[in-house]
Amino acid sequence: MIVKICAEPFDPWQETQAHQYSASDMEGKFGATCVFIGTMRDFNEGDDIKGMTLEHYPGMTEKQLEKIVAEASRQWPVIDALVVHRVGDILPNEPIVLVAVWTSHRGDAFDANRYIMEALKSRAPFWKKELLKSQAERWLVKNTDGYL
Amino acid sequence: MSIKVRYFASLKESVGRSEDSLEFAGLTTVSDVWCRANPNKPLPSNSLAAVNMDYVELDSAVKDGDEVAFFPPVTGG
Repeated sequence: MIVKICAEPFDPWQETQAHQYSASDMEGKFGATCVFIGTMRDFNEGDDIKGMTLEHYPGMTEKQLEKIVAEASRQWPVIDALVVHRVGDILPNEPIVLVAVWTSHRGDAFDANRYIMEALKSRAPFWKKELLKSQAERWLVKNTDGYL
Repeated sequence: MSIKVRYFASLKESVGRSEDSLEFAGLTTVSDVWCRANPNKPLPSNSLAAVNMDYVELDSAVKDGDEVAFFPPVTGG
């Protein structure tokens, strides 16, 4: 189980592949891999968005993400999980977050991935500040509920 | 010893600083920490608090050497 905070752009597909290939003890054990990638849009709440700055609380972020992954692993038989999250200045089309989960069967992979992602959205200490095309800046006030 | 106080995101901008260091004497709860560090400025009602990087309620106890953080709702992912 790995949690990573990235200050530079990352390729979520390469991260997933590298993690899977490096985990030789998983070979033959997993039948399902569920990958979620969150990517920055160039629009939000009716406005054109030029860029975004993602602030975080170093140390607490990793602690909370590790807790969330551990919770998912207690609820579902997770063989392995990888969480990567960007911080710093981000441009539209750049990946923000990757959650990959490996399990024996697909139901557990979907459910554990969704749990990690929704818990991350409500508990991991990250904050987004958007830069609009108009040059105005605004903090996002709260995340929406992903189940609505 | 003392209590280290940290602020993040819009709350950091609103208090105008990212950190404070407070003498521990006289502090009992997380709420006391906010009031001593920010007299006459109420904590915004949607704020979250953490002690030593775990979420806590405002009436949670603090002890000497703790790191207490205040921040707005999180918006990552």
